Amino acid sequence: MNATWSRFNITSIVLGFAFLYLPIVLLIVFSFNESKLVTVWGGFSTKWYVSLFHNQGLMDATWVTARVGLISATVATVLGTLAALTLTRYTRFKGRVLFSGMVFAPLVMPEVITGLSLLLLFVAVGLDRGFLTVTLAHITLTMCFVAVVVQSRLMTFDRSLEEAAMDLGATPVKTFFQITLPVIMPAIVSGWMLAFTLSLDDLVIASFTSGPGATTLPMKIYSQVRLGVTPEINAACTILIAVVAIGVIIASLANKRREVQRQLDEQAAQRG
Amino acid sequence: MSSAAVTTASASPASNAGKSILARLGAAFVGRLVIIIPYVWLLFFFLIPFVIVFKISLSQTAIAIPPYTPALDFSGGISGFLAQLKQLSLDNYTWLTQDALYFNAYVTSVIIAAVSTVLTLLVGYPIAYGMARAPATIRPTLLMLVILPFWTSFLIRVYAWIGILKPEGLLNQLLLATGVIHQPLIILNTYTAIFIGIVYSYLPFMVLPLYSALEKMDYSLIEAAKDLGCPPTSAFWKITFPLSLPGVIAGCLLVFIPAVGEFVIPDLLGGSQTLMIGKTLWNEFFANRDWPVSSAVAVILLLLLIVPIMLFQRAQARAQEMDR
Repeated sequence: MNATWSRFNITSIVLGFAFLYLPIVLLIVFSFNESKLVTVWGGFSTKWYVSLFHNQGLMDATWVTARVGLISATVATVLGTLAALTLTRYTRFKGRVLFSGMVFAPLVMPEVITGLSLLLLFVAVGLDRGFLTVTLAHITLTMCFVAVVVQSRLMTFDRSLEEAAMDLGATPVKTFFQITLPVIMPAIVSGWMLAFTLSLDDLVIASFTSGPGATTLPMKIYSQVRLGVTPEINAACTILIAVVAIGVIIASLANKRREVQRQLDEQAAQRG
Repeated sequence: MSSAAVTTASASPASNAGKSILARLGAAFVGRLVIIIPYVWLLFFFLIPFVIVFKISLSQTAIAIPPYTPALDFSGGISGFLAQLKQLSLDNYTWLTQDALYFNAYVTSVIIAAVSTVLTLLVGYPIAYGMARAPATIRPTLLMLVILPFWTSFLIRVYAWIGILKPEGLLNQLLLATGVIHQPLIILNTYTAIFIGIVYSYLPFMVLPLYSALEKMDYSLIEAAKDLGCPPTSAFWKITFPLSLPGVIAGCLLVFIPAVGEFVIPDLLGGSQTLMIGKTLWNEFFANRDWPVSSAVAVILLLLLIVPIMLFQRAQARAQEMDR
């Protein structure tokens, strides 16, 4: 196999990854810059991180974002998993085409359209803009991403396991919780994480649907970025990146351990 | 459309035989709930909002809260509702055609999105190909490395480029220091910066479907072509590329559709001179507070994207069938 992995392939991968990672690395490096100028290196310093924690507006926004993210990701995971089950298990019901359309369209829909339409809905039903409306908007957007992630796992799911459980007398509900749910759990967890980071990340939809008192972190960062690039924002971004990176690494390690455990179990079963 | 009745729950007759009637009724009820809950949610929070956008795009701007008239109000009964219907007009759409700004913004957005999609394909294809040909042991790691930037904030990734591209930024410092250029390049606040921003931000969306198409490919086909005397480039165009076409289509749609309505990238990297429809809609809404006109802009944008979105849906459905 190595022979076919030519120099061209290696070069394109190295260049590609450099392109993907260099901007982020530079951003992190310059968050430790002593100088107020973001592009001129003036020595190592962590003072921007200190000033970050004294910035009350930013801390408030972080708190709002964390709560919106946790609530919306959790609700979206439940709804998205149900949607994924619907898409894979019920192949024929009235309005299935519309349903799959409504699941897939938000994935590519320009955010300005989704944001505007949700805002107009909230105004029409007389819901005050704020924490609740941002959360509802994020649930709607992220449940579709969860649905796609869980659906792809359900596609490769061995249904004979479920049939065996039901033949042995388990009710469909019990079968779902004892067999199906544990098997698709990794996909549900990564769906939750995707939903959480998307919510953490969203600027456009939050700007439309949020109101006074519910400014999210991206909205705060955006309003500061418009005034100019500062090391303090670099520091805030670095922390955000670190949080997400740690989460992803923990999840993938847990995944790997489960995979190894599964292989060991299978080997043991074959020997036994 | 409104009722989500289950006509067939796909379970084999063999497993049905042992079940009691009660269990089957319970299953049908739960099955129905599984469909109804997400269905109703999406109807209410995804489909109905579009109907409202459409309705408000036909309303008049008003200095009021909410800033349009007639507001959606059913208190007047049927006759009141009909009276409201009579007040609807196409004025906002006429307005869009009269001001060249909007037409230019639509056209520019489509062109920028199309060019960036091609650029993203050109950058992404070699990466995806290299990944697909990599030793199987390191492929999961490479895949993880492509997905990882997707998990970091979009806003942050776009922001990172400001420091690189601005006149006294890192790219110009590097190029000046190495003597490649003698005058700083003006990249920030131009269309070039928007292209860079879109290619950078959407690259994972292009690489992932390309990779999954290329990974499934049988490389003995290439070897067979080579043995038969086919030069590598024509083997690529005759075998590799056609086989990766589903990935190419999915990747291009995943980049093109959101890029047309992109707001963050043109706003932060494109400056005030560049014109894109997502930014126009945003300004119409937040700066001018003209809700009816921004709704009309959204409706036209949606009409523009309806064909690519349906193509995307079709591609998704086909991929689903193939996985079955």
